[in-house]
Amino acid sequence: MTELQKQMQELISKEELDRAFDARFPKEMQVKLRGAKVAIAGLGGLGSNIAVMLARSGIGKLLLVDFDVVDVTNLNRQMYFVSQLGKPKAEALPEVLYRINPYLVCESRCEKVTPENVRELFADYPIVCEAFDRPDQKAMLVRELLMQCPETTVISGNGMAGYGDANEIRTRQKMKRLYVCGDLSTDVGGGIGLMAPRVAVCAAHEANKAVQLIMEQ
Amino acid sequence: MVKINGEEKQLDGRNLLEYLKEAGFEPERVVVERNLEIIPQQQLGSVIIQDEDVIEVLRFVGGG
Repeated sequence: MTELQKQMQELISKEELDRAFDARFPKEMQVKLRGAKVAIAGLGGLGSNIAVMLARSGIGKLLLVDFDVVDVTNLNRQMYFVSQLGKPKAEALPEVLYRINPYLVCESRCEKVTPENVRELFADYPIVCEAFDRPDQKAMLVRELLMQCPETTVISGNGMAGYGDANEIRTRQKMKRLYVCGDLSTDVGGGIGLMAPRVAVCAAHEANKAVQLIMEQ
Repeated sequence: MVKINGEEKQLDGRNLLEYLKEAGFEPERVVVERNLEIIPQQQLGSVIIQDEDVIEVLRFVGGG
């Protein structure tokens, strides 16, 4: 356990947090969410926001994978702070999540995902959220997950650049074990950048589909 | 006839890589499913499209 996680646990007990779970939902739902685990590949605008939403939703365990460090250009849309610049995202994001839920079980891997390590990283996870930035890396991960991890359902983010109509961002089931969230077309390569609102809308689609899948299990 | 992304086409005899290039896809940015099976990237050039195949090509754009 990290020092920060310990400090946060001193501020609130697990029982207090559990009691605060929305009483309008049945207890079984809380139990399902606590027992669930989700992997997030890529901790940028999509991944960091997905992780925060899943931590707030009471998911028991998260696997966070990214090889990159927090950069000043990330602050326009990613869930990091100026005080974390230069820190590996796989270290910086747990610091954020423990402030939300210090009892979250959070495994971090600061490494690049390749076809060679996909199985080792993700095969134990029934749900993997793809949250990479580059289109070739997105395609590689989705392809390898579907081929190498037969028990895994993949939720992918595809098309969320710019500030066009947020209603264009949707969740679609594209294959038996693949859901795709996004507008499927706006490309950062097309002369537009990424902004917090649409990236967060797409991240919320991915996080919501993860919660739905957990509740349906 | 072959069904690609829900559209019927007359394409049999060609390999998947040839089709992707002709249709304007960048092969490294797509995931191809043929008759419910994902095609490994290295096999795109050797898988010949057969009559009655059902093919899904999912194209990825950048941003995340």
